[in-house]
Amino acid sequence: MADHATEHAHPTPLFYLFIVATLMALTVATWLIAFVNLGIFNPVVALTIAVIKAVLVILFFMHVYYSSRLTKVTVGAGFFWLLILITLSLLDYLSRNL
Amino acid sequence: MAQLSTSETPIAEHHPAQVHHFDDMAQQKEASTFGMWVFLLTEIMMFGGLFAAYLIYRLKFYDAFVAGSTSISVSWGFANTLILLASSFTMAMGVWAAQNRSRKQQVMWLIFTMILGVAFLGVKAKEYYDKYDECHIPGSFIGKPFNATGGCSIDNPKLGNIAREMQDRARETNEKIEQDGKAQGWDAERIEKSKVEVPSDAFAQQTARQTQIFFSFYFAMTGLHAFHMVIGLGLLTWLALRASKGEFDGRYYTPMELGGLYWHFVDIVWIFLFPLLYLISRHSGAH
Repeated sequence: MADHATEHAHPTPLFYLFIVATLMALTVATWLIAFVNLGIFNPVVALTIAVIKAVLVILFFMHVYYSSRLTKVTVGAGFFWLLILITLSLLDYLSRNL
Repeated sequence: MAQLSTSETPIAEHHPAQVHHFDDMAQQKEASTFGMWVFLLTEIMMFGGLFAAYLIYRLKFYDAFVAGSTSISVSWGFANTLILLASSFTMAMGVWAAQNRSRKQQVMWLIFTMILGVAFLGVKAKEYYDKYDECHIPGSFIGKPFNATGGCSIDNPKLGNIAREMQDRARETNEKIEQDGKAQGWDAERIEKSKVEVPSDAFAQQTARQTQIFFSFYFAMTGLHAFHMVIGLGLLTWLALRASKGEFDGRYYTPMELGGLYWHFVDIVWIFLFPLLYLISRHSGAH
């Protein structure tokens, strides 16, 4: 595991290898699940896996987990605005029957 | 400069990469990282707008999006996802090497990353060529006019007929339901009830025409993504040149760190493009 005793500690190569193996396993999972009929849950599962993969990349490959609070808040704010953009747009289109 | 500082603070010896308006290297790196993330947030909003528009049109033209999505190769998309994830790993190793290893190793990891990036673009080019060959490029500005009812591929005239593929998939599904139903001992009525409706010619052809909107999003989103990859390859080349001069070490590797942030961001965009573009309703008719 990564050692984050000090603020600027970064992960070790072994930990990166573990992360990329997890990311690839999740990719295989999403690919296999896509061929199973889960009805409305197909896109839900696919997007949940995508979000988990993105979070792993952001936290560890992009070192946000080891970053200052300023960086964490900046990243959080960005994805929060993205969420507003997508949910409010979709709420509008889903509720007005366009 | 030197004569201006009347010197209660003696000018400490500092790293050559440190510019004068920062107190120390840590503060300088923090400012750079913050700036890079603010840039990446604008990128998130740019791609986010495309994603939002994509989701709205997908709701409105769901059948066409399923038909269009099924006509692109999930195997190549899957392979490209693995390639890009591997390149994120080699990039992370490049940043790690910038802090901990020799310039030779730094350059090596960057070259691995570039090879994987080029492989990704190669696969993308193959996929684009297939779509060109099948006349699935929207409009009539590039190559042959859009035609999703077949007969225009040079390599295989049977390809690219999205209307007929829709009907074939429904028939295949029904054959499977019939076989499975008989194996389970269902009566004829129950088998008939379980079957899906085979789209009429008119509906299939209308849906095939509507896949133009899917392909517009497909090319806009993967095209913008591929453009970012090309810029990323340029950045990696620049980083490799600087690394080869031995500019990066444990005290100063900010350009590598920020180049890594950019490369991983492009990876994240693809992490969402893959399920959204390639994996819509695959179960209703695989290949």
